[in-house]
Amino acid sequence: MNLPLFRPHDDPGPSFAELLRRSGFDDLVAVDHGNTDAPIPVSDYRHGTTCVAVRYADGVLLAGDRRATSGNLISHRTLEKVYPADRHSGVAIAGAAGPSIEMVRLFQLQLEHYEKVEGNSLSLEGKANQLSQMIRNNLPAAMQGLAVVPIFAGFDLGRDEGRLFEFDITGGRYEESQHATTGSGSLHAGTVLKLGFREGLDAGTVADLALESLFEAADEDSATGGPDPIRGIYPVVALITADGYTRIDDAELADRTQALLERRRSNV
Amino acid sequence: MNMPFYVAPEQVMKDRADYARKGIARGRSLIAFRFVDGIAICAENTSSTLRKVSEIYDRIAFAGVGKYNEFDQLRIAGVRHADLKGYSFSREDVDARSLANQYAQSLGQVFTHEMKPMEVEILVAEIGEEADGAGDQLFHILYDGTVMDEDMSVVLGGETDTISGRFGTLETPPTLSSGLQQAVGALNGPDRELTPAGLEVAVIERGIGRRAFRRLDDAEVASLLDE
Repeated sequence: MNLPLFRPHDDPGPSFAELLRRSGFDDLVAVDHGNTDAPIPVSDYRHGTTCVAVRYADGVLLAGDRRATSGNLISHRTLEKVYPADRHSGVAIAGAAGPSIEMVRLFQLQLEHYEKVEGNSLSLEGKANQLSQMIRNNLPAAMQGLAVVPIFAGFDLGRDEGRLFEFDITGGRYEESQHATTGSGSLHAGTVLKLGFREGLDAGTVADLALESLFEAADEDSATGGPDPIRGIYPVVALITADGYTRIDDAELADRTQALLERRRSNV
Repeated sequence: MNMPFYVAPEQVMKDRADYARKGIARGRSLIAFRFVDGIAICAENTSSTLRKVSEIYDRIAFAGVGKYNEFDQLRIAGVRHADLKGYSFSREDVDARSLANQYAQSLGQVFTHEMKPMEVEILVAEIGEEADGAGDQLFHILYDGTVMDEDMSVVLGGETDTISGRFGTLETPPTLSSGLQQAVGALNGPDRELTPAGLEVAVIERGIGRRAFRRLDDAEVASLLDE
């Protein structure tokens, strides 16, 4: 691998995607879809679903269940769909698992690459726009069924508040002021968030609300996985504040899930 | 047709080397040294925006002296090389030795084939996983592509002999504060005193997460120098 030196007129700048193209790595990025537009059968690839994001007093929360499905089968029980994008932002993905995870990897790398080349990080809005472009580039694949529909959330250090963005498969970017959901269980999860949301929730309450929304989604949607105390599998829940991205550990999630199950038991 | 004057290759190389050395000597120097938790790089730099020391990858840092636009171009190429390699293989496959060799190839190529050699001297530093610093590496690369693998510390820039004489040698890695005091003392010399605002200090440090590179702000540098 040679040292990638460019002449000023064809320098790729701080864009990692552009660097890949100019260094002859396109084949690693762009998938050749051939000349067929035929949808790929859903049982042929893994699919990840429900993720939620909620704003709260200190910033924003991101959470996602752990299930991946291939058609009617459960293909993975511990898939992670919530990732840090950089120190102050995170991304949660729903859609075809392969392209989604690859998109997150490229997105993380793009943010870090920009920061290192330019010497300072992108604005939160700039990061959301980057992700938007990546989703738009995935449109041909999305038309064949390989859609990627993430949520992007982060702490805006300039405005001193948490912000969250929803997307659609065309790369459309929509900022939400309270909460956002994506994936097949989003209807049910969204209803729970809508009813439980208050301005300025504290970290504990918002974590409980997110766990409850995923629990209800799993209750109604077969592609969403519920908490699994037997195997010790819980949703991934992350908090993004001025101090950065932190993932809540499984011990705390186990306790909160236990409390949620107790509450539910008394409601039946 | 006019015949070009014959110039002995020795003379060409010597002229180029002198030219590059003169350019490098005009800039200010920097010292890199191993300390207990990693590697620290301390540069004399009055600008707080035009950096001499920067991050290349998780455990790799870069420092350059000489002509700013030339070493900055090399820095960006290094970031690109590391990110491309980490993306196409894996993060742990990115290492300082291979990057240092790439820099050496590139600088050597420019030195022998281009009109003008690059007026830079660069450093590629990497910290290892081991807590005792056994895997720490310092690669010092000259304008003509010469690579040197340094053990404990290295001085880059003009007046290197004087400054490294003042810095002395390290037997074992010092603490960050004592190493930094020694480095600043060596950069100072007998008749002046550098303030934290005139210094650029960064470390690659074990135990602070995946991205080990960290800049020290003026307040932190001042408190380390006071300890």
